[in-house]
Amino acid sequence: MLRTEELLLNVGPQHPSTHGVFRVIVKLDGEIIREAIPVMGYLHRGTEKLAEDLSYTQIIPYTDRMDYVSAMTNNYVLVHAVEKMMQLEVPERAEFLRLIVMELQRIASHMVWWGTYLLDIGAMSPFLYAFRDREIIIDLFNELCGARLTYNYMRVGGVKWDAPEGWIDKVRKFVPYMRDKLEEYHNLVSGNEIFLSRIKGIGKYDAETAIAYGLSGANLRCTGVDWDIRKTQPYSLYNRFEFDVPVRTGGDCHDRYLLRMEEVKQSLRILEQAVEQFPAEGETMGKVPRVIRPAEGEVYAAIESPRGEIGCYIISRGKQEPFRLKFRRPSFVNLQILPKLLVGETMTNLITILGGIDIVVGEVDA
Amino acid sequence: MMNLLEESLTWTNFFIFLFWGIVMLLLVLGFVTYAIYFERKVIGWMQLRIGPNRTGPLGLLQSVADVFKLLIKEDTIPRKAERELFILAPIITFIPSFTIIATIPFSDRLFNANLNVGLLFYVALTGLSTIGIILGGWASNNKYALLGGMRSAAQMISYEVPLVISVIGVIMMTGSLNLHAIVDHQAGGFWHWNFIPQILGFIIFVIAGVSELNRTPFDLPEAESELVAGYHVEYSGFRFAFFMLSEYVYVFVIASLTSLIFLGGWHAPFPFLDFIPGLIWFLLKFSLVVFFLFWLRATLPRVRVDQLMGFGWKVLLPLALVNMLLTAIIMTLIS
Repeated sequence: MLRTEELLLNVGPQHPSTHGVFRVIVKLDGEIIREAIPVMGYLHRGTEKLAEDLSYTQIIPYTDRMDYVSAMTNNYVLVHAVEKMMQLEVPERAEFLRLIVMELQRIASHMVWWGTYLLDIGAMSPFLYAFRDREIIIDLFNELCGARLTYNYMRVGGVKWDAPEGWIDKVRKFVPYMRDKLEEYHNLVSGNEIFLSRIKGIGKYDAETAIAYGLSGANLRCTGVDWDIRKTQPYSLYNRFEFDVPVRTGGDCHDRYLLRMEEVKQSLRILEQAVEQFPAEGETMGKVPRVIRPAEGEVYAAIESPRGEIGCYIISRGKQEPFRLKFRRPSFVNLQILPKLLVGETMTNLITILGGIDIVVGEVDA
Repeated sequence: MMNLLEESLTWTNFFIFLFWGIVMLLLVLGFVTYAIYFERKVIGWMQLRIGPNRTGPLGLLQSVADVFKLLIKEDTIPRKAERELFILAPIITFIPSFTIIATIPFSDRLFNANLNVGLLFYVALTGLSTIGIILGGWASNNKYALLGGMRSAAQMISYEVPLVISVIGVIMMTGSLNLHAIVDHQAGGFWHWNFIPQILGFIIFVIAGVSELNRTPFDLPEAESELVAGYHVEYSGFRFAFFMLSEYVYVFVIASLTSLIFLGGWHAPFPFLDFIPGLIWFLLKFSLVVFFLFWLRATLPRVRVDQLMGFGWKVLLPLALVNMLLTAIIMTLIS
């Protein structure tokens, strides 16, 4: 007797395209997804709970391990929240260094995304090209703080290490190089007919839905909402530089792709200006009390990470350790729209959509 | 060989056939070993890597080591798999791919069997390999494998049709299904080669051929990023090697057929270059096609399953029919 059955398929946690240990349980009718249930928590390390027993400086390395593709911005959101709470002044040179590393990190992070996204879609070579360019950035970071992935570079009130001699020149040289490569990547990939047909009109949602789900970053800007915390609530030195916030209105994977590529371009613009204005001399550490003990109170600080709004909410009871610390992790928030987008799509589009959201499982699970 | 085929089967003849069969098998195995090496090198260079360079001089023994590793690996069969079919599937996939080679002439004197229906023989046998793939996907009792097997079935059926129809133009021009006759028809310089009058058929043949091979951008049955490994996800050791082997043997076959049907086979591109042996010309053209296939793999992303089917039925098939019709009209007008 013939009968049809729904196929229950476990995608992940061990799967090549779930970007780590993320799992989706999908109910398939043929290749059409009827229901998708994301399961997360395989990489949960309890960062927020651990933070309650750690001093503020000790928390910084834990932030490295949240979004390990973009550790610098995570460093920044924590130190920025504490500085905001204690109203500390950060020396200009330190702030410049932070800004330069954050923008370099944004480029590195988008390059990782670009490479892995194309790999998800089935093109192998871009992955290797992207990692070549990311390698240059990682070498720069290595020179700066001795680590390639988990930097532990920023401190409350400044940065741990000053830029070594010639480092700024290397960054200066990197900007035109990367601009050149970006153009090359556009020529290689962005117009590819197969690629376009894979991502155009896929994973579409409108601005209202995006806001209702609390999306941020490129996932929000692709629906036409002009929201970039670097512009709307400027932190660090971003109001000193000229740059645009790319916005598109399609709301599909193609728009998210183009936005991230454009963001790399804008980051290069910021870098170019930052390198020119970089103060020749100055302190890299502000006047910070030996023991960081913020007064009783609460603070929320948010910045624009490559994946969207990353926020840090701290409740202090006047002790060395935070009473409660909460990270608003953009990967986690952005992921919530996934089950809604997947219904009615094919297995292939699952990968395209999941990749297009740009998650880092370390940050989803924290 | 030709005379032997017409004689009655004696023990001597049998051993001669067996000998040449083994020679062919070794030749093909040699090709597969170094095609994998060549592919890895070519793709490595395109991707800013070096490729294999550790095992043996220049890494030349890398594939040998890989095959050896596959041979000595534990051969696992999932407990809930359909045991007999699971074992049978790789064999069904491999045997037709190897049998096809019997009909391929490498030069005007070097060939195994000169079949009058050579091209038809190819078409008939490739369909059989698909059964092995579906069987493997189904017998594994694995959902990813099943999806891969189903995709493969759908894909092969949709692309077999334009593939066959695309060569009908050539058959009409030659008036024969015999591969020798098709090649002889193209003698006398590259302007006589079939890819010029049959440019549409040539393009369709190459696209459908790549799809037949399950290679990028049509590698959906084993789409790594979606289906992990597709239909052979549960296979290990030598059974897995058989699937890979038949895939590369099909590369061999498609590359040979492309050079024979459309690129003039063993004929030189200019008549004055005729002094170079035909085998060398054939190998050159053959290598060019193989390189093209590997090049594609480093260049293109994968198409989506529904787009693939749409492309096959809505674009390739009508174009192939148009090609057939155009050939008929032009042939009537000329004659």
